[in-house]
Amino acid sequence: MAVAASAPTRALGIVGGVLVWCGTTIRIMARNKAGFIGFIIVAVMTIEAFIAPIFINFNTAADVNAIYQGPSLHHLLGTDSEGRDVFTQILVGGQDILEVGYLASAFGTFLAILLGILSAYAGGWLDTFLTWVADVFLTLPTFAIYAVIAGTVHLNSNVALAILIAVFSWAGLMRAIRSQVLSLRERDFIEAARALDLSLPHIIFKELAPNMAPYIAIHFVIGITAAMYAEVGLLLLGIVPLSGQNWGVMLNFAWTRGAIFYSGSLSYILSPMAVIVIFQLALIVWTRSLSEVFDPRLRRGA
Amino acid sequence: MAVLEQGQVVPEPQVGFLVIAKRVVRNYWLLRILRALFTVWLVATLTFFLIRLMPGNPVEVYVQNLVTQQGVPYPQALQLAASLYNINLDEPLWQQYFSYMGAMVHGDMGTSIIQQGVPVMQIVLTFLPWTLFSVGLGLIISFLLGMLLGIFAAYRRESVFDHFVTNFSSLLHAIPNYIIAILILVYAGVQWHIIDITAMRGTLSPGVQPSLSLGFVKDALYHAALPIATYVITTIGGWILAMRASTESTLGEDYVTVAKARGLRERRIALAYVGRNAALPLFTQLTLSLAFAVGGSILIETIFVYQGLGLTLQNSINQRDYPVMQGILVIITAVVVFANLIADVLYGFIDPRVRVQGKE
Repeated sequence: MAVAASAPTRALGIVGGVLVWCGTTIRIMARNKAGFIGFIIVAVMTIEAFIAPIFINFNTAADVNAIYQGPSLHHLLGTDSEGRDVFTQILVGGQDILEVGYLASAFGTFLAILLGILSAYAGGWLDTFLTWVADVFLTLPTFAIYAVIAGTVHLNSNVALAILIAVFSWAGLMRAIRSQVLSLRERDFIEAARALDLSLPHIIFKELAPNMAPYIAIHFVIGITAAMYAEVGLLLLGIVPLSGQNWGVMLNFAWTRGAIFYSGSLSYILSPMAVIVIFQLALIVWTRSLSEVFDPRLRRGA
Repeated sequence: MAVLEQGQVVPEPQVGFLVIAKRVVRNYWLLRILRALFTVWLVATLTFFLIRLMPGNPVEVYVQNLVTQQGVPYPQALQLAASLYNINLDEPLWQQYFSYMGAMVHGDMGTSIIQQGVPVMQIVLTFLPWTLFSVGLGLIISFLLGMLLGIFAAYRRESVFDHFVTNFSSLLHAIPNYIIAILILVYAGVQWHIIDITAMRGTLSPGVQPSLSLGFVKDALYHAALPIATYVITTIGGWILAMRASTESTLGEDYVTVAKARGLRERRIALAYVGRNAALPLFTQLTLSLAFAVGGSILIETIFVYQGLGLTLQNSINQRDYPVMQGILVIITAVVVFANLIADVLYGFIDPRVRVQGKE
């Protein structure tokens, strides 16, 4: 009985803790106006992109009488080459793009943290080797490599595409983390932790990680923009299988079906580009307030 | 053998592999060249195994197609495939790999599937100069102009000019280059009719031959103008922001204060003291920018139908012309890697500290 009663209480406690943490985080972020607006846009667009496909059923039937219409009350953003509503496509079409963006950046960041800490702690030849490999990866013309790999191997899932992007995008953050770990290790508080005989996982996660968090968080957000760039680029070229509806596929159709060269289809071309740019800008602006969340020293100055 | 008074033998200096290895590791330039070669090797190996080991790999598909569609007998089909891909299919995989790499070292990368019989190397050499020209010129213009605007913004901190330039730079920095390219087409070409986008396609107008005449240079620039403009617009924001930040931190240095105290002219301080030092960190970023621009040229050249290596790569991917894909990717990587090497050498000239460290 006692155990059964305490379980929900504990769950409530955890939920409460998370809520409080979220509240504090949002309050800190709100201090930087521009950054907070960026955060709101990112949050709203993300939630929208993942919820919209559940509720909105995109009508794929062509309507020959309504090709490339301008914006109207009936079609807020006009229609496409088959007379289908552009606004619905914009609402529904974010899911794939954002999914790959978030996943690729998460995988890449994880790889970077793992290899960075490993490299710094192992030292010796492994360290030399890993930094060497990172330098090599930094100089690769990644987009051309994505294009060739995607053109040879059929990437039919978002996860596969995200992994491909992640494999070639860890090097920059890995080097930053490695040098941060190397310099932090010499600091007094880490020496103290070591003198207290605290375990390595404790030192890494409780002492080192919080100090690197701002860097990692900002890199994660910038990583989303880079992954989106690559993904939409591949979709635009038509190298990744064009399945379903998303902003990249819309761009590809605008290109292959000649909407770019037709003066009457402006709203169709501009819509996917506008949402992509707005989302990317919002992410970048958001990073400004992110650094304040993780770095208490910055807060007082703001 | 030197003998000391006590009769002890001084250990001979180590010879052989270890010493060479140590010297290699200590020699900065040797290490850099090794890394450059390693990068090209990595990409070449990656593409080889991508094409040979993947399930349903292109070689097998090609052989199957020949047998089933054109009724070519199997051994003959194998031979055809072997000559196309530069691979002897009877050999074990590792031997195939070594002969592939051996041929590549000699500049032989097989022949195209679509344009039958045309060596990949010939295709690459036809289109490479145009990509080098457009990407290179775009990056140089962007780098120089960006540095100039960055210094100005840092000197006129908090002015209207500064706010405008920094905000505009952040905006440009956030927009993917293909979106800028499409916007140029849509607005300058289709909506406002400022430029004739169909006439600007390709690398040269019909009838114009490469020569050292003004007409040729003008025509080449005319056709490359849109890709170059796109490279400049999309990369300049990053340079401005980096140069502004770098200049700001340089302005606080003691040697700048000393230079001011000595009564040196403001322009001399800005160029020789501030500018030169502030530009240093930017050179390392040039490396990343180059790889990004060359990799992205496939998008820009496709959008503007500029016949460089990028567009050729895109076409070969669409036509599943694997030998060409392979060759272009390896060459693009080699170009980026060796351009980086040159950038590093230049960096050594600008920053004497690197040279000294290299000699050590």
